[in-house]
Amino acid sequence: MADGPTRYIGMPHKRLEDRTLLTGGGRFAADLSAPGQLHMRVVRSPVAFGRLRSVDVREARRLPGVVAVWTFADVERIPPIQIRLTKIGGLEPYQQTVLARDYVRYVGDPVAAVFAEDPYVAEDAAELVFPEIEELPACISATEPPREFMPETLPGVSSEAACVTKAYGDLDAAFAAAHEVVELEVAVGRHTGVPLETRGALAEFDPAKGTLTMRGAAKVPHYNRGQVARMLDMPDEMVHLIQGHVGGGFGVRGELYPEDVLVCHAALRLKRPVKWVEDRQEHLMAANHSRDQSYRLRAAVDARGFILGLQAEVFSDQGGYVRTHGVTVPDLSAAMLPGPYLVPAYRADVHVRLTNKTPAGTYRAPGRYESTFARERLLDAIAHALGRDPVEVRRVNLIPRDRMPFDRGVDTLGTRVVYDSGDYALLLDKLLAYLDYDRLKQALAARRAAGEHVGFGLGYFVEKSGLGPADKAVISIDAEGMVEVVTGAASIGQGIETAMAQICAEVLEVPIERIRVVHGRTDRIDYGMGAFASRVTVMTGCAVKAAAEALLEKLAGAQVGTPASAEGWFRADHMTYPYGIHAAVVRVDPGTCAVHVERFVVAYDIGRAVNPMLVEGQIVGGAVQGIGGALFEEFVYDANGQPLVTTFGDYLMPTLAEVPPVEALVTEDAPATQNPLGVKGAGEAGINGAGAAIAAAVDDALGRPGAVTRLPVTPIRLHRLLGERD
Amino acid sequence: MKPAPFSYHAPSTLDAMLALLAEGGEDGKVIAGGQSLVPMMNFRLARPARLFDLNGVAELDFLRAEGGWLRIGALARHAAFHRPPCGGPTGALLAEVVRHIAHYPIRQRGTFAGSIAHADPASEWCLVAATLGAEIVARSRAGERRIGAGDFFLASLSTALRPDELIVEVRLPILDAGWRTGFCEFSRRVGDFGIAMTAVALRVESGVVREARIGVGGVEDHPARQPAAEQALVGQPVAARAFAAAADAVAGAVRPMEDLHADAAYRRHLARTTTRRALEQACAGSGS
Repeated sequence: MADGPTRYIGMPHKRLEDRTLLTGGGRFAADLSAPGQLHMRVVRSPVAFGRLRSVDVREARRLPGVVAVWTFADVERIPPIQIRLTKIGGLEPYQQTVLARDYVRYVGDPVAAVFAEDPYVAEDAAELVFPEIEELPACISATEPPREFMPETLPGVSSEAACVTKAYGDLDAAFAAAHEVVELEVAVGRHTGVPLETRGALAEFDPAKGTLTMRGAAKVPHYNRGQVARMLDMPDEMVHLIQGHVGGGFGVRGELYPEDVLVCHAALRLKRPVKWVEDRQEHLMAANHSRDQSYRLRAAVDARGFILGLQAEVFSDQGGYVRTHGVTVPDLSAAMLPGPYLVPAYRADVHVRLTNKTPAGTYRAPGRYESTFARERLLDAIAHALGRDPVEVRRVNLIPRDRMPFDRGVDTLGTRVVYDSGDYALLLDKLLAYLDYDRLKQALAARRAAGEHVGFGLGYFVEKSGLGPADKAVISIDAEGMVEVVTGAASIGQGIETAMAQICAEVLEVPIERIRVVHGRTDRIDYGMGAFASRVTVMTGCAVKAAAEALLEKLAGAQVGTPASAEGWFRADHMTYPYGIHAAVVRVDPGTCAVHVERFVVAYDIGRAVNPMLVEGQIVGGAVQGIGGALFEEFVYDANGQPLVTTFGDYLMPTLAEVPPVEALVTEDAPATQNPLGVKGAGEAGINGAGAAIAAAVDDALGRPGAVTRLPVTPIRLHRLLGERD
Repeated sequence: MKPAPFSYHAPSTLDAMLALLAEGGEDGKVIAGGQSLVPMMNFRLARPARLFDLNGVAELDFLRAEGGWLRIGALARHAAFHRPPCGGPTGALLAEVVRHIAHYPIRQRGTFAGSIAHADPASEWCLVAATLGAEIVARSRAGERRIGAGDFFLASLSTALRPDELIVEVRLPILDAGWRTGFCEFSRRVGDFGIAMTAVALRVESGVVREARIGVGGVEDHPARQPAAEQALVGQPVAARAFAAAADAVAGAVRPMEDLHADAAYRRHLARTTTRRALEQACAGSGS
């Protein structure tokens, strides 16, 4: 290399993925077909809670073109779907079977599956399946007292599946010493990640090889492969999950759902390829929902607003069943609630309650979007109670740099929470300088004086990323000098091919154009963790680095053109903790009760960015979703548990017209200390504090501190809020 | 998300279409742009046994000003209104309103007359038709009748159109230069169904309102003129106080629908706002 080594890490390299996608070469789940395929249609419960007495499938089976119609009796040997993450004892009764057994627990609960020659016939037949359900009163609130989960068949099993408690320090002493006690009750509504691509799968059984292949995998192909194999009683190596292009994940897409198992089972049983593509209405009722938590907070504070102790009681609405995430969301809520503040004494009790809504799981920044909203509302309430500036109250509480690494005193996802690095006050200073904060406040005050309803708010948060335990990569170079990087990561649109290729190119000092990155295929690598928890750049990235270094070692002294291959591993016991601040300027239109976001700024310390352009992309996309959850998106149910929001006509995701250009202020002041690249994750940076910042800005615009206690701030809620004052 | 079975018919002449309607109008549906019908069929909320495709009936594809009327043929798409289809305040109003109808790609397919026939309470074109006093030209094998907009819209998705009739044309009066028009709509997001909207047309002489047409849509089960607000405005000088009085009159007169996005009190509040703002827009820059 005449010009010396080309730098790749840290460069805004264009995405390697995009040429194919932009030229129409994407192959998403619905694009896949196999000769002779059948189409599956799931028949779903029309009621929220009831005793399933029988399912009449006779008429459906008679319809020409229908090959099979299954009810629970046809799948009774398949065990319920297990918990992947945050599995604690006692959750087994709450797991979902692939078809409802004796109860239905939400509108959308699968009660039967139809397999037909074409998707139209499958849908015609689904209308001819008649479940006989004895409807029971639905529970639609996690703050109601618990009831029995399935009274007749599981007597005594409470709808409170668990209570997750995290605590440290002397809370009694903190409250005894308090200058003031600030109390708060807030809630985040039910919304979720809604990928552009709905779920979908194509399963094929190859009788010659005895292998079952499911295409349409997304998030955790290796884990799901193991589960499908276990549930269908096959050896792992005879089942393969393969990922094509994926139109977004956000935590929701690619977990193991009943439909995935049904498709695989059908391909085995019916000896024909089976295709399933979910429609949007199904997606909004059947794929994981998220958020939907209520917080009751009590804080003991001193005269400066320093939090001496914080006590939280949280109610987490789990919906109809406990799915693959176990108690991940409640666990993260409790562990991450203290955020960037010292909080010397703490206790959180999170009640995990089953209701008769769609089951809940993780969505981008799970447990943090909610807990950041609650905590930052609390900081604003403390500031108001003491008549102090909200920014100053935060500054008083921030963990100082010299306390790093900081043991948070709790654990989550099976690992101790130790903030590895961070200079929280510095990022706050940089944000305020970027905003020209004093002038911004003056400008807003002047506009308010002129009759406008404008306001500013911010939310500070700590993120987590790089969840272990390990990742593996295999890199090989052929005689022509082409490099293949095989990972067990998954691409859900976040640009991992590019980021992994950059890391590989930097270490090997080869042009990035010669590198091909493989991901999401259980037939190419025996170990993989997929893509979740902002872990890929940290974990897979460091494994790629290790593999590239091992390859270099092998090639040392070898002739040019010698093919070689090497594998690398990266293991981590602890996560790494990036942090950030969201700041919003909003204008409230009292005539329409609409909130217009005029400015949205995300300050974020990433440790070290592999590709700053991709980091910014993650931040912008996350911010749009965060604004959606703050102002637009909500799954609403009526008193009988009927979902009122089942189409894009009512589930309102913000469009370009509703969001301002998102400003990203990315810093690299606190590299990760736990990995050789110094990188931290970017995936959840843009969304975490959005609800908190917008709520504070709306308060400020209305001149009513503490007015916003619930997200989303919809016009109808704002109208009631404004009406209260009259 | 696949429609129930139906038979498909694509006549190429109006006579053939009217013949199809005469024999099968009861369980059939006419499709032009499919803006509302296709989603409803895919959700299986609409299950016509027969679908009559209007798109081949070329004689209905027209949009022209003639004898004081804007004549809008049954196949005129929303997108034809992106530029004013005629001069004066009517053309200006239509070009303003069309931007609020769904999104650009949808406006390439959806038709003006289709919106009138569908009669969604939040249809912008239905509101314009009601406010300006459109004539709906309905034809069947038995003949043609012209129905005033005030008699045409009966309730949500319900009109005076008979099963064997086809809207062949909608006629809007072309207002002269003495009129001013304004329109204001509130929807949750750009392109969503409006929760409340107001269209106004005022004839102003020497700074005084001589005639007023004020229509409100999205609030009640069909768009309608607001006589109390119109009376409150006529004879008044063009001024904020008069606009506020008219807006209050609207708020007092409407009986709002309730849904997920708006209860009655909020819709009433919005109707007041959209009315005031539509009036302000109509008179903006008029120097008063």
